[in-house]
Parts: sequence; C-alpha cells; structure tokens
Amino acid sequence: MDDELAISVRGLRKAYGDNVAVAGVDLDVRRGEVFALLGPNGAGKTTTVEILEGYRRRDAGEVRVLGSDPELAFGSRLRGSQARSSRAPGHPARDWRSRIGIVLQGTGEFDELTVIEVVRHFSGFYPDADDPAKVVERVGLGAKAKARTHTLSGGQKRRLDVALGIVGRPELLFLDEPTTGFDPEARREFWELIRDLAAAGTTIVLTTHYLDEAESLADRVGVIAAGRVIEVAPPKLLGNRQDALATVSWRTPEGALESAESAAPTALVAELAARYGGEVPGLTVTRPTLEDVYLRMIGHP
Amino acid sequence: MTTTTDQAPPATAAAPARRPGAGTLALRQGRLEITQFLRSRESVVFTMGFPIIMILIFAAIFNDEIAPGVSFTQYFITGMIATGLMTVSFQNLGIWIPIERDRGVLKRYRGTPMPKWVWFAGKVIVVVAIGVAETALLLAVSVALFDLKLPGTAGKWFTFGWVSVLGVTACTLCGIAISSLARTARSGSAVVTPVALVLQFISGVFFVFTNLPSWMQQVAALFPLKWMCQGLRAVFLPESFGAREPGGSFELGRVALVLALWCVIGLVLCLTTFRWTTKRDG
Repeated sequence: MDDELAISVRGLRKAYGDNVAVAGVDLDVRRGEVFALLGPNGAGKTTTVEILEGYRRRDAGEVRVLGSDPELAFGSRLRGSQARSSRAPGHPARDWRSRIGIVLQGTGEFDELTVIEVVRHFSGFYPDADDPAKVVERVGLGAKAKARTHTLSGGQKRRLDVALGIVGRPELLFLDEPTTGFDPEARREFWELIRDLAAAGTTIVLTTHYLDEAESLADRVGVIAAGRVIEVAPPKLLGNRQDALATVSWRTPEGALESAESAAPTALVAELAARYGGEVPGLTVTRPTLEDVYLRMIGHP
Repeated sequence: MTTTTDQAPPATAAAPARRPGAGTLALRQGRLEITQFLRSRESVVFTMGFPIIMILIFAAIFNDEIAPGVSFTQYFITGMIATGLMTVSFQNLGIWIPIERDRGVLKRYRGTPMPKWVWFAGKVIVVVAIGVAETALLLAVSVALFDLKLPGTAGKWFTFGWVSVLGVTACTLCGIAISSLARTARSGSAVVTPVALVLQFISGVFFVFTNLPSWMQQVAALFPLKWMCQGLRAVFLPESFGAREPGGSFELGRVALVLALWCVIGLVLCLTTFRWTTKRDG
C-alpha cells in the first residue's frame, strides 16, 4: 500500500512558540497525482510543505515522503531504530533529495550568473539530470538563456525557479505558489507544463491561492485552514458541490430580479418558460463555484 | 513555455544512477563562486585595489624609518597583506553570506542533493583564489615602488605559506560563523565592518604595534590579525627586527598556536551555529 503513496502524513503538528501553525494534519498523496493544497494565508500550507521537503522539523506526527522520513535530510539524526536499520549504504539523504524537486515560495537570486549557467550548475547536483538547455526552453526562457538573472522580470524569475525544480527530473515535485506574479498567458503556459510533467508520471504537490489553478490542474484538492485539513476531494466534488442546489434567477416583467434555489432547476426553467410563453428575461442557472464552496469551508460565508 | 511530449519518465527509485564525484562538485562550486565574484566589478575593484591605495597613501604620509633598514612603509605593507587576507575571507564572507541567505540562495542549495560541504568548499576556493591574486598584486606593487624584499630563503617562503594558510583558514571559518549573527542581508556589513576595523587599529596594521598602549596589545593578542601581522613581519622584515616585537622575537610557535586555535574555534562555531535559512524562515 505504501508503494502507492508518494506522501503519507498522520497527525502532523508544528508550533512556533505559542503559535500553532499545523494542528494535526493527515494527508495522502498518491503516486502520479497532482495534488493542490488550497488555503488562506497563515493556514499552514507552507509550513506543511516545508516539513515534507525536509526544510523544517516537526513537533509530532508520522511523515513519509517517497518512503522516507524527510527529517533524514537533516543529517545523522534519523528517527527511530527502524530508520537506522534500513539505512542503506551510501547517502540516503542525498538519494532522497535527488528524487524530489522543490520550487520554493520565494525566489533565490544569483545576480551575476546567466539563466543557463544557473540551470547547468544545478543540473550537476543530480545523478540523472535533464539537459539544461532543454529545460530552459521548456519553461519558456529560451530567449533569455544568456541573460543575467537579475535582469529577469518577476514572472521570468519564477520560471527559472521552476527550471531548477525540474532539472533533476524529480519523481515528486513541490511547487509553493508557483504562478504568483505571472500574467494570465504565462499562467496558461505554466499549467501546460505541469500537465505535461504529470502526464509523464511526476507526482506534483502544489500550494496555491488561485482556485482556478487548483480546479484546472489538480486531481484532488486539500483545503487547509487554521492548521488542519478540512476536506480532501476532487475539485468537482469539493464541499458536495455536485449535489448543491442550483440557483435559478430571472427578471420579472417589471424588471425586478427574482431567484430561487432548486434541486430540479430544469423543471423550474421549463415552468418559467411556460409562464413567460417563451424566452425568460435575464435567465441564469448557476451552481456554487469552487470559490463559493471554498470560502464557505474556510469560514467566510 | 514549450510543451514537449518527449519527456523521459522520472528516474526510478531503485536506480541511483551515476553521481558526480565530490571533487568535481567542489571545483564546479568554486568556479561558480569565482565567476560570480569576477562579474561583480565593484567587489573586484574594492578587494584588489583597496590595499594598494592604502599603501600609496601611507607611503606618501610616512617616510621615516622605524628601525635601521626598516621603513614604516615596509612595516605597514606586512600589515596590509594580513589585512588583505582578512578582507577576502572574514569580511567578504561575513557580508556576502547573509545576503545569499536572505535571498534564499542557501535555502535553494539545501533543497538539492548537493552535499553541504561542497558549498563551503566553493567559498574556500573563491577566498583562496582572490587571496592569492590580491597578495601577489600587493607584493608586486610593494617590490616595485617601496623596496620590499621578497623572502630570500625557502624557510621564509615556508613561513609565508603556513602563516597565510592558517590565517586565511581561521578568518574564513570566523567569517562563516559571524555571518549567522546578521539577521538580514543589510546587517552583514554592519556586524563585520566594525570588528574588522577595530582589529586593524589594535593589531598593528595602521600603527606600529609596540607603540600601542599595553592593554590594547593584550586585547589584540586574543585575536588572529595581530598574529598574522607578526608572522608576516618575520617573513618580510630583517631578522634583527624580531627583537622589537613585544615578546622579544617573532614568536612563530605562538603565531601557529593562536591561529590554529582560532581555526578550531571558528570550525566549532560554524558547525554549531550555521544557518541555511533566515530566522523568520525557521
């Protein structure tokens, strides 16, 4: 069963002093899946992801990422005797690191180096790296390959971050708010890239503020608020969206707006059509958007 | 972003393929650091030019002898060589590492399979490269303009070598260690510059060491710069000058001891306090 899961988290807790950032998160991410972690600022998304990435230690809980405890990335302090006995010869931490790709929330700048130099340098850390020039092309920086990184725009720097995240050909890719600062066209292109990576079998975990991003990319969405995962579901099923009442609205002959919630909107529309003898003025039928469901879930009616 | 479909599948878990050799990684890292340094023109000009400008100024102001056959300029040059070595190691690292940490460069390296020590090796390589270049330039100018005598015996070259290596090692480790004191990118130079400046004043760089108040000499003797200066005076000044040192000789044994001790202190501080991320980053 464990082989099916890229990530398995049980009872994860992390506090900074009195401030509890993660208050008992349970999470499973299957291999090959695109999983979006959605939540407001301060919900614990980044803390959770950075624990999974081996950047932070946790206070409590069980965490497995690609079969290993990410805390092995901290070096010798392996948790528990089981971890120690399974310690393979060589460098378990480095082997584990070479199987994951990380795109952090902030960009790290290498002022005086060119895009291709940075990507080539990072490719050298991985045992099975992709061709740097190809990766640069792939993230849409082909024309900027020889530009110094400090001359890049915000969105271009983000693409460089993505290039560094994927150059090692990771099995599991973490993306922390990857499209912040992208214009709409760049976001579409980025989504294509993610779908492309997913199609090739890469497991992808992304955090995002953008509901449309979660909806169009993710196989499943985990909504996190106040340090807890409230619900995990495919975007279409989140918050029982598919069963939610539809809202039918129209205008009366006097021009006033009328609306009614209905489990059988088609029947209502037929009835309206009969009542108006044909075209119903200003007719709309809507179901709750992901945003409506999400806002209700995190406590904003 | 171009969509390609010829993406090869990700590496499978069971097959850790060829891993670049440790030496290769360290050299690549060193080359990257040197490239970055050479491309930031201000750093190159400041690091290379500052000691020479200082020597030209001091030589223009002071032209007396402090001992038979030893001009103040020659005394000062040995201090400037030591200061130069401290600048490229202690000051450069103490200022640059907080900037890289703040920009998230260190955090990003931590997220790769790069062995941690490779990053440190890169810093050591760039420090040694700049240190050698800067010292060579300083010596060339001093020999050409101020009659500085290059060491005449193999023994003196050897002393020059080990004093420089121990001094640079101690200063590099201390520079890495002190970088963790700076909370933000900007505070690095605020932390490091006063320390370096005070050490230069009390360690016999700008003044003849034995002319300083004795309490100041005692304080300076706790830190590496004083001993680097003293070791280099043993290399570049006549043997007879040793009698004018505080201990009545150049005390090379003690130079080695104190510098080695600082290497150990610096290493322990690095291993216990070094941070790859900023405080607010956890």
